[in-house]
Amino acid sequence: MHLLSYLVKRLLYLVPVLLGVTLLVFVISHAIPGDPARMMAGQKASREAVENLRRSMGLDRPLPEQYGRYLWGLFQGDLGVSIRNQRPVLDDIKDFFPATLELTLASMVLCLGVGLPLGILSAVYRNRPLDHVSRVFSVCGVSMPVFWLGLMLLLLFYRNLQWLPGSGRLDVTLAPPVHVTGLYLVDTLLEGDGRKFLNALSHIVLPAFCLSYVYLAIVTRIVRSSMIAVMEQDFVVTARANGIAESVVVLKHCLKNSLIPTVTIAGLSMGELLGGAILTETIFGWPGMGKYVVDSVNFLDFPAIMGFTLVASLGYVMINLVVDLVYAFLNPQIGY
Amino acid sequence: MASWQRFKREHQWRIRELLFTLCLMRRNPSAVAGLAIIAVMAAMALLAPWLAPCDPVRISLSERLSPPSSAHLFGTDELGRDILSRIMHGARISLRIGVMVVSIAGGLGTFLGAVSGYFGGRLDNFIMRCMDVVLSFPPLVLAMALAAALGPGLNNAVMAVAFVMIPKFARLVRGEALAVRQKPFISAARVSGAGDLWIVFHHVVPNCISSVIVLATLVLGDTILVASSLSFIGLGAQPPSPEWGAMISVGRKFLMDQWWYATFPGLFILTTVIGFNIFGDALRDILDPRIRR
Amino acid sequence: MSEPLLSIENLSVRFFTYQGVVRALEGVSLHVEPGEVLGLVGETGCGKSVLARCVLRLVQDPPGRITGGRILFKGEDLLKASRKRLRQVRGNDISMIFQEPMTSLDPVFTVGNQMAEVVRLHQRVDRRTAAKICAGMLEQVRMPDPFAVLRKYPHELSGGMRQRVMIAMELSCNPALLVADEPTTALDVTVQAQVLAILDELTRKRGASVLFITHDLGVVAQLCNRATVMYAGRIVETAPVERLFDSPAHPYTKGLLEAVPTLEEDREELAAIPGMVPGLVEPPGGCRFHPRCGRVMPACSRRVPELFRVRPDHFVACHLYGAEA
Repeated sequence: MHLLSYLVKRLLYLVPVLLGVTLLVFVISHAIPGDPARMMAGQKASREAVENLRRSMGLDRPLPEQYGRYLWGLFQGDLGVSIRNQRPVLDDIKDFFPATLELTLASMVLCLGVGLPLGILSAVYRNRPLDHVSRVFSVCGVSMPVFWLGLMLLLLFYRNLQWLPGSGRLDVTLAPPVHVTGLYLVDTLLEGDGRKFLNALSHIVLPAFCLSYVYLAIVTRIVRSSMIAVMEQDFVVTARANGIAESVVVLKHCLKNSLIPTVTIAGLSMGELLGGAILTETIFGWPGMGKYVVDSVNFLDFPAIMGFTLVASLGYVMINLVVDLVYAFLNPQIGY
Repeated sequence: MASWQRFKREHQWRIRELLFTLCLMRRNPSAVAGLAIIAVMAAMALLAPWLAPCDPVRISLSERLSPPSSAHLFGTDELGRDILSRIMHGARISLRIGVMVVSIAGGLGTFLGAVSGYFGGRLDNFIMRCMDVVLSFPPLVLAMALAAALGPGLNNAVMAVAFVMIPKFARLVRGEALAVRQKPFISAARVSGAGDLWIVFHHVVPNCISSVIVLATLVLGDTILVASSLSFIGLGAQPPSPEWGAMISVGRKFLMDQWWYATFPGLFILTTVIGFNIFGDALRDILDPRIRR
Repeated sequence: MSEPLLSIENLSVRFFTYQGVVRALEGVSLHVEPGEVLGLVGETGCGKSVLARCVLRLVQDPPGRITGGRILFKGEDLLKASRKRLRQVRGNDISMIFQEPMTSLDPVFTVGNQMAEVVRLHQRVDRRTAAKICAGMLEQVRMPDPFAVLRKYPHELSGGMRQRVMIAMELSCNPALLVADEPTTALDVTVQAQVLAILDELTRKRGASVLFITHDLGVVAQLCNRATVMYAGRIVETAPVERLFDSPAHPYTKGLLEAVPTLEEDREELAAIPGMVPGLVEPPGGCRFHPRCGRVMPACSRRVPELFRVRPDHFVACHLYGAEA
């Protein structure tokens, strides 16, 4: 029950934050130096088109009124119209969202699947060779320019070794699977097409690894340091003194206790994933929201950039909310 | 000379602490390694105009896109310019961005955090909500939106990245300010008539200095990553600027056949940021009051 | 004379740290008889906690290492036991209670979960039976509403209650020996009395021996049959409790007893032992107490005193009672 009341409290707290987010995006897009109308219309639009747009968007009205109109538009799902292709930005984003979701999920699986065990082993075998290797790996991870890593991976695996494809979600010769979830890995399995599944898998390996590398390093580091901190606690000595096997001590007592700070930091670091997706998708030609927004930047497609920013922030806020709930679930001392 | 003696006496505790810190630094291999990397990059940046083997803007179309050789250690780009020299000049840009961002974000963030933590109440609430809003965006996304709105260019990128980094400092200093606020010497200062803002600057901030320095080091590394990412996307530094991210952006076009173009600038980004991260982590351990005893 | 339950022979422990090698225990020998309560007294830093942890081999290998001696439990040398055998002994034949009840229990699992974990490990019963055994134990430590307590998390209980949970947990498998490392030091005085009473009652009922570590002489007088005094990593005196209090032999013991203010005497100043406890990286040569001793002799700085026998059951490590006297 305490979990439910905590959830309600958090949701209530969310409202001012979300309002603040929309306000910030509004300020950036409407109140920055330069002519917002021209920004929205594009550099190539005619003078008349710009004036028309200024009027129709109400950009000649006082700022608070503009914000009100903006919020109202948001509620109706109006994120503006892309300059590049004259489609509503929301539709564009809906189209590209599944690809990004698939990449992000694959990266998370990789992260947790490798990061968690690596961090635990690092803590248990502290200061031995394994620990040193993983610490070097971690430092490289948090210092790594994601876009450069992607290029190096391409050089190695695509150009030199020719093991893996270099771009896209599927070979160009293959047709995409029937759209059920939008996640190719799932849809190809649902279709029963094993070959296509393997093909999609081969396409996702490099981008997922590239995207997850930074995040993996963060997770490993935080798991290691919280495990070490937990392993020095008194209750660990109590458990050992009672005859409990070391593996149980580590995997039951230490792990659950260290998951708490781990989940927090790992969850908050998801921002790195969302940011890194922008770069990774660009490098690997992955047709997701990240590539979309980079293309928009090159085109100075302002509505698209702002629409993406808003959606990305929304996603990030939601992720943080989930992280807080998981934290409250794991830690019995919260919510009392 | 009497004033120098007085200075030494007044600050003798601080001087001793500083010397102790330096001694600990010397004995810590990570600190030494990190500092060495930073020193090399800084030297390269400062002395680039004299140290660079070639003129970074000298175009030599006959040598375009040549692989690493004795004449051009890292090869040449599509206009025949020496990549090593350009990288060295790029270091100037990266470090300049880093220092500017950390100064702006560190200064503003520290001030906001100190004021927020010390005064508490509604001011604290308001400032922290604002920080929460900024922190609700994935950092690169927000920097990108800001940079796009302000327009491409290095100075705009600096402002964008600084804005994104402010909450990190604000949060840290606020936490420390909250702790310091309870201490007796603060009440003593207030009782003796010191104004609140004076207390903030003279007592609260100096007590947070060591954590701020550690954070500043780590943020510097982060800034270089974000800034080069922005340049890579097309915001931030514009070609023909030898900024590392911008070079990689161009080098990407030639990746398959001229691997050196995109590889070396990235290697330098990686190394520099590693240097800052290792040093920052070591510094955190050194300045940790529990370990110092 | 029956064989002692626990016999520590010549135990030496060193800690390898950045500052140097700390000689925490040097040639320590003591024994605990079946059914007796042995008090281990000493100031902070004298090594009594280290000694307690050595019994169950809980000292972490870096940085600490047992460099010599034997620990015989029912004739078996625990220092040579396999890991598996050690796990069988821990919590089952020998149990340990620690000083800090606030941090000795895992905060993310219920009390019942942690108690049952121990019971199921050593007694191999199913969950229901384990819960019943745990509730039964909680009743014995006078916990109100035992089944409800089993469902609580540690942070929902007070310090005294947590320590009682610890006692219940550690006695649940009926160990022959209980090692109690300052179990009441962190508690309020009134709660202290309660917990000590429970400890006394339960161990006596089960005929368990207790190795009771403390720096509080009052508790020793109340609870223990025999007492051993430690100073700077060595045993200095051991005797039945009444003897120790009536006629302490070692100058250090005398100093300790004198330092306790009483209501009966009229005194102007508190009597303290001059000097400070030595660091253990480079402890004083010979008898480690000699720099502070009021009756120091030339031999004290040259040779380590053995445990000389003053009475059949009273031993002192002091040259005053040795061949030199």
